[in-house]
Amino acid sequence: MKTKVYIRSSGMISPQNTFGKSITLENPVLPGGNRMNAIEPDYKQILDAKSIRRMSRIIKMATAAAQECMDAADLKQPDAIITGTAYGCLEDTITFLERMVENQEEMLTPTAFIQSTHNSIGAQIALTMKCHGYNNTFVHRGHSFEQALLDAMLLIAEGEMKNILVGGVDEITDTSHAILSRFGLFRREPVVSDLITNPGKGTIQGEGAGFFLLSSEASGDDMATLDHLALHFKPSGTHDLLDFINQEMEAQQISIEDIDLFVLGLNGDLKNDSEYDVLQSAIRDHQKNAFFKQLSGEYPTAVSFALWLAATTLKNKKLPFSGPGMSSRGNMKRVLICNAGLDGHHSLILLSAC
Amino acid sequence: MIVKPAAEIFVAGVGVNSALGLNLAANLHALQAGSSGIGPITYLNTKHREVFSVGEVKSSNIDLGLLTGLSPDTSRTALLSYIAAREAWDDAGLHHETGLRIGFVSANSVGGMDKSEDFFEEWMADNTKGKLKNVVGHECGYITDLVAMKLGIHHYTSTISTACSSSANAIFHAARMITAGYLDVAIAGGAEALTRFTLNGFNSLMILDPLPCKPLDENRKGLNLGEGAGYIVLASAKAMSQLETKAYCRLSGWHNVNDAFHQTTSSPEGFGSFMSMQGAIRKSGIRQEEIGYINVHGTSTQNNDLSEGTALIRLFGDALPKLSSTKAYTGHTLGASGGIEAVFSVMSIAHGYVYPNLRFETPMKDAPLLPETSFSIDHNLRHVLSNSFGFGGNCSTLIFSAA
Amino acid sequence: MFDLKVKLIAQLNLQDLTPEEIGDDQPLFADGLGLDSIDALELIVLLQQQYKVKLASAEEGQAVFRSVRTMSEYIMAHQPKV
Repeated sequence: MKTKVYIRSSGMISPQNTFGKSITLENPVLPGGNRMNAIEPDYKQILDAKSIRRMSRIIKMATAAAQECMDAADLKQPDAIITGTAYGCLEDTITFLERMVENQEEMLTPTAFIQSTHNSIGAQIALTMKCHGYNNTFVHRGHSFEQALLDAMLLIAEGEMKNILVGGVDEITDTSHAILSRFGLFRREPVVSDLITNPGKGTIQGEGAGFFLLSSEASGDDMATLDHLALHFKPSGTHDLLDFINQEMEAQQISIEDIDLFVLGLNGDLKNDSEYDVLQSAIRDHQKNAFFKQLSGEYPTAVSFALWLAATTLKNKKLPFSGPGMSSRGNMKRVLICNAGLDGHHSLILLSAC
Repeated sequence: MIVKPAAEIFVAGVGVNSALGLNLAANLHALQAGSSGIGPITYLNTKHREVFSVGEVKSSNIDLGLLTGLSPDTSRTALLSYIAAREAWDDAGLHHETGLRIGFVSANSVGGMDKSEDFFEEWMADNTKGKLKNVVGHECGYITDLVAMKLGIHHYTSTISTACSSSANAIFHAARMITAGYLDVAIAGGAEALTRFTLNGFNSLMILDPLPCKPLDENRKGLNLGEGAGYIVLASAKAMSQLETKAYCRLSGWHNVNDAFHQTTSSPEGFGSFMSMQGAIRKSGIRQEEIGYINVHGTSTQNNDLSEGTALIRLFGDALPKLSSTKAYTGHTLGASGGIEAVFSVMSIAHGYVYPNLRFETPMKDAPLLPETSFSIDHNLRHVLSNSFGFGGNCSTLIFSAA
Repeated sequence: MFDLKVKLIAQLNLQDLTPEEIGDDQPLFADGLGLDSIDALELIVLLQQQYKVKLASAEEGQAVFRSVRTMSEYIMAHQPKV
């Protein structure tokens, strides 16, 4: 893609203190059990009271993060809004399903139904910002956020739009956590601080809303440039993450040695993390590795947290957190996010310092 | 600023199933004969069985399973999706040996909900119960991956969900992926099966008509839900030269805007609809007088038809082209509607078909559109416009033009 | 009518409002309380579930839901006698 893409700003609500003016990050919030809920702001301070009453938690999270992103870019409206969410609006979906069963398909109220559609997230953001521009929602499992990013990069390359608001969001609900637990996805024993360094069977569930303002024009105060994005799907068999990376890097005319920081999607599950073994051997300097899922938990659009982490690191010239798998390094120019997602959805995102 | 697409996009194949039948031939036959597919509910297990008219695909999951080679316990959405996607694949003469980079961009609004809602009944009674296999395919994207894997497509697979404009958005996302050089060919469109969730959801909004719907009619009472799947095969000019088939037409224009008025209702003046159509026409580079037929969204709700009608009159004035809503035949197929209606629009260009708006009697007082009331063939048809408008103010328009 | 106001606040999730703040004759829709078409549907369900009163159509709602007083009068007129 020839047109340069700048990440002007971001807004992130996550299990870490990533939102708002007083971002305190040095010591990461550690998981307590096998799920990490987002630290949420007081939405009444950020969102219009009349609209809040109808908004579910995920819509509030996304709208607040999107608003923070726009405020940080000092923009009122984007040219387009693109959202990625794999699970969509679970709380409202489940509420409507439950009522449907309890009331035996009678006397059902519409609010939960209308808020259950995946695109009601992007729609609420458009309503809030009175944005009539292109609005799309990608719901393709572990690639939902990456495809939203790709769509935004396409729009910029097409030359019709300048500023695109893109986000990735997924939520945990008690019901969804309980159902996913039945698939054996999460750790049985509570995890405290050694999710990655002490891998086991299962991971911890996370949630969050991460929004970014992508722009075709440099502002002089951008976080980073978004240089390349590549997607790969391989549901079973060997996953050749390293081959995938080498291929994509070659096309960008760089090599693994040129990367200063790898933001890797290991999630503490032995089977999942074995995907990264060959890659980690190839990255000779292990100080270059940062593991983001010990901060965000595992969820289909967790790469939005990784992008926030990578862009923030490049902007501030240091990692925002300290701790295991978070070595602070000087003079980082290039960051590569690698995620070998659940169910075979792999992605790479390459960023550079401005 | 609207820019013409950098390269031409051709339509090399189509596949469709709906209340009118399981394949293109059956659908065209019904369209020509004026035979609506709306009728009573026969397959969906719901308390409202005797109440509502719907556009059901007239096959059980067992039959669909036999047809596809997939288990009959697979989500009905995936079964319908595969049948139409496979038909489109074969129609375009695709094979993996061509070396073409083939993608699959599919849309749906509630994924495998037909199975999840069964799981939920059991789960609520006892949360150790409920068959996990009924909920493993819940996600919208799971349905797409299942069908893509069966077709052997792995280069790029994506799922879009923007309610009733979903498959229109899927189609032009795929077109843009081809134009940008990521893909050579893409099967794009959507699928949706009837579920208790959507039936009860729309009922809670009080916009269902118990009787067969009357789109664009002053006395319309609401919509009928439908189900089905529709896909078109998009190809670059270079890919077309490698395929042994002729193109049906081109996808010459597209546009998407957000009404940003309300979560479910459209602005009374049809702002989103107007901008969507105007933008697509600009993108295609044609003059609006050149449009020969419009396949309107025309759901038959009070709000949509008035809003869309107002926008159409504002845009075209006295020079409205022939128009109709084919939802009078198929019902409103939600996430699949843009895809199914894209197939009908492609056939319109390819064969000059102009479809009637069944059961139309009285024009709307406040937006007096006069849709076609009988099937006809117009050999001069060169450009067709198709609208798809969804909840959340998501307004999309596609334009198909003679190749 | 107080009881009705409490139920209305709960059904429509009007978190910051107390029953005392809703006037008996205050317009509920448009300029008054600012309710919309979705709220009207919620109120139809409220009447059915809490008072066993069924509206003939959604259009009837326009007159019935004009104010808390008109709602209350409608309920009293149509509530099934026990």
